[in-house]
Parts: sequence; structure tokens; C-alpha cells
Amino acid sequence: MKLNLILLLFIFFSKFSFAAEKTVDTNLIHKNLRCLVCQGQSISDSNSDFAQTIKLVVKDLIDEGKTEDEIYEFMSEKYGDWIVFKPQFNTQNSLLWILPYIVLIFGGFFIFFFLKKRQ
Amino acid sequence: MQKIIKITILFIFLFVIGIFYISLTRETNYNTSSLINKETPEFKIISFDNSNFYTRNDIKKNNYTLINFWASWCAPCKIEHPVLMKLSQKKNLIILGINFKDKESQAKIFLSELGNPYDLLAKDKNGKHSVKFGIYGIPESILINKELMIIQKFVGPLSVDDYNNIIKIIE
Repeated sequence: MKLNLILLLFIFFSKFSFAAEKTVDTNLIHKNLRCLVCQGQSISDSNSDFAQTIKLVVKDLIDEGKTEDEIYEFMSEKYGDWIVFKPQFNTQNSLLWILPYIVLIFGGFFIFFFLKKRQ
Repeated sequence: MQKIIKITILFIFLFVIGIFYISLTRETNYNTSSLINKETPEFKIISFDNSNFYTRNDIKKNNYTLINFWASWCAPCKIEHPVLMKLSQKKNLIILGINFKDKESQAKIFLSELGNPYDLLAKDKNGKHSVKFGIYGIPESILINKELMIIQKFVGPLSVDDYNNIIKIIE
């Protein structure tokens, strides 16, 4: 009886975790893709022809088992980084990603030494 | 210490100005340059009469191929049509027309009235194939060589300048 219960729980949780792994948030992807023919709208907000087509392609890519990042990569490859609201890390925008951390570290040091000197 | 603070403020000021300058002078419109010199994507597209499929192998056979996305409901497609008709007379260029989200009957009327410049004619009913080629509106045309490399991408109707440009490349 105990063994059966353990097995049942194991199957339930393994299925649950498998489902969680496979879930890709379609809405989130639509929200992070820019409608190139609209003014400042995402694919999610737009009903344009272009947005409808992109939604179909995103659905196909999800059905093929592509991850969220792979979908963004695919779209960037076709339409450039402009299509993604949250750009991927690359050499061109590396400074933008790294700079806040550099400022934080140097700022911390600066404040630390400034306060130390005042004391 | 005062000197360090002044230098830091100056650095931040220059940095902010620099960011503004780069952002304001940057081209934010859709740019096709990233697709040029890249290999043509894999595709399998159904012919207009549903008789067969066209793939990259059909492009390999020709010296140059111009893939043209068009539709009967697209007004600029009518504007570029004479240019396509002229290009269709060139021997080392094959034109693959992809009818985009169109009604078959309307597309047939369009071609019978204005002429058919296409050596190969396919259809993209829901527009999914257009995404593979980075198309976001029609008309758009892509010039491909025998090695399946994208040489040029033309956004909007083909102009006389585009025609001359294509002729220069293919001859």
C-alpha cells in the first residue's frame, strides 16, 4: 500500500514537473515582440496583418518545441534586434547590460571610501 | 576629493550626452541589411495551381532568382508590375512569384489583366512563409544567386533604379 502511494506520488509529480518544463508563455512572447508596422505596439496589442502572421509562426515554433529564447533568436535573425522589446545580450549592447553593475560596484566603493574619509 | 567628484560628474554628463546622441542618430526603422549575404532559408512552398511544391532546389538551377511577394489587393504591386514584366525578359533571371494572403480568383484576374511575369508561381495563404524571408509588408523582392545567397532585398515596389541595379548585378 505504501509503495503504491509512493509510486502514485512520484508519477504525479514527475508529470507535473514535465508539464511545467514544457510550458512556454505564448502571451509573454507576443508581448515581447514588436509589431514592425505599428507605432509602439507589441504583437500582443496589435490586430494588424503582420501581427497575425507572427502569432501563427510563434505558435508553430512552440509546437516544434522551441524555447522562448530560441523564438526570439529566430525573429531577430529574420527582422533584426528591433523586433524584440528586450534585446538579447550581444557585443553591440553589452555595455548597456554591464554598465549598471559596473556603476553599482564603483559607486559602492566610492561611497565607502568617501564615508571612511569623512569619519 | 573635490576633483574626483567633479571628474565623476563630468564623466556621467558626457556619458548621458553620448547615449542620447547614439540613440537619436540610430536608424530605428526596419533594416534589411542583416539578411544580405545570408543563405536563403529552407522552404517548401506550394505552387499556385496546387500541382507541386517549390524548394531551394528550384533556385539552385538558375543563375539568379528574384523572389517577389505580391497580392492582387496590394496597390503598390500594380505599380511595380511593369518592372517585373521587363525583368521577366532577362534570360539569366528566374522570377518566383509568391502570392501573399490573396484570393485565387482575384490573383488570376490580376495576372490576366497586367500580364504574368513569373516563371514559377506559388502561394502563401496564411503568410507563414513570408516570415522565413523577413517580409513585413508587400511588395517585397529578394534577389538570390546560384549559391543561394541573398544579394539584395527590395522593400516596397521595385523602381526603375532597382531595375537598373538588378540588371547590373545579373549581367
